[in-house]
Amino acid sequence: MLALLRKDLQIEFRTKETLASLLLLGLLTLVVLSFAFDPASELRTEAAPGALWVAVIFAGVLGLNRSFLAERENECMQGLLLCPVDRGTIYLAKTLGNFTFMMVAQLMIVPIFVFFFNLPMTLGIGGVFLALALGVLGFAAVGTLFAAVAVRTRAREVMLPLLLLPLVVPIFIAGVKVTGQLLAGKPLADVAPWLNLMVGFDVIFLVVGWLVFEYAVEE
Amino acid sequence: MSSNRRLIDLILAPLAGLGMLLAIYMVFIYVPSDQAQGIVQRIFYFHVPLAIMTFLAFGVVAVASVMFLWQGTRFWDRLAHSAAEVGMLFCTLVLITGPIWARPVWGTWWTWDARLTTTLILWLIYAAYLMMRTVSGPGDQGARYAAILGIVGAVDIPIINRSVYWWRTIHPAVLVTREGSSGLNDPRMQATLGFCFVAFFLLFVWLVWVRNENARLRDAVEGMRQHVLTGHEA
Repeated sequence: MLALLRKDLQIEFRTKETLASLLLLGLLTLVVLSFAFDPASELRTEAAPGALWVAVIFAGVLGLNRSFLAERENECMQGLLLCPVDRGTIYLAKTLGNFTFMMVAQLMIVPIFVFFFNLPMTLGIGGVFLALALGVLGFAAVGTLFAAVAVRTRAREVMLPLLLLPLVVPIFIAGVKVTGQLLAGKPLADVAPWLNLMVGFDVIFLVVGWLVFEYAVEE
Repeated sequence: MSSNRRLIDLILAPLAGLGMLLAIYMVFIYVPSDQAQGIVQRIFYFHVPLAIMTFLAFGVVAVASVMFLWQGTRFWDRLAHSAAEVGMLFCTLVLITGPIWARPVWGTWWTWDARLTTTLILWLIYAAYLMMRTVSGPGDQGARYAAILGIVGAVDIPIINRSVYWWRTIHPAVLVTREGSSGLNDPRMQATLGFCFVAFFLLFVWLVWVRNENARLRDAVEGMRQHVLTGHEA
């Protein structure tokens, strides 16, 4: 599994394509959402967590699409499947790869987010990263499974958001809630139930994905 | 059709039909109007059984999906697809009848409480499920992908429900509404609701049956076509 993960990471760090697209798309979403609110109004601070997570989701969907697009070319998928590894392992490697890309992008997006929305740089930011990590993991878990499915259908990229968005609603709700409360200065203990929800979501869907992935890729 | 199937069909169709007719009679004529809510409350007798049935339908989709991935027989796939289509129909009806009832009673078409939101998301998952079958490639691919979605969706629905519930209730300032409180004091109302459950259940079973038969026949025709084609191509 580590070898598979390393392969994906190596490809990425050579081209940095996916990373760049994730970063730019996330940024653009934040900018556009900034236009949705009058800079002076209260609404901005209230809507800020939502804006961040919308940016995460939009950029994430793009990144996920790309992760399997590469496999389609040159019959890489067949090559991958011929590896003497459990299909579930391929799934985990892909998921971790996607997770890593998204988190790296977030490292750069969050400071810009704080900058755009004029948020106080409190210690809550650490908690926000924790919430992001948990959320992105869950998103990657469900997303990797369905990305494998979506790229092989006729509708390709359109299918993925259609499939993914309803399913990641718990992550989105929890993420926005946690981000909002942490930025408002509440301690981590306050948001513990939401973080637990995210952890639960992550665990459940990593397991489901691991079990079901082979059906997604068999010919 | 084999004799067993014919028998089932002969029993189910009139049973469902009569059940629905009786239900309509009960809802519109037999049961008294609710004192507080007036005539609009009668939608409740359709709305609630429809809602139960749509979640039941998704349960069937989930179980059939697991069985399909495990066993691989066409039977489970057809069942899942039929249940999904009927479930989608019922879900749409729930989302239409609900707001019609809510507008006069709550004063608003929609709220974002746990039940409504979960049902809305269920509708979106149904839509994705049905779309998945349309856009998939040839062969079993569509069936398998839909089955995956069915399973993941079913696991997710309770989580979604919980998260939306917490989203709404952790902030007490938010308006928390309670759906059709069971102020069903009149025994006639209870009887009507109970009967409607039965009637809609029969309707559900019959619709899934018809749709399933349709799918089975379609498969049979496809099989014959393949047989003929390959026979002649040899």
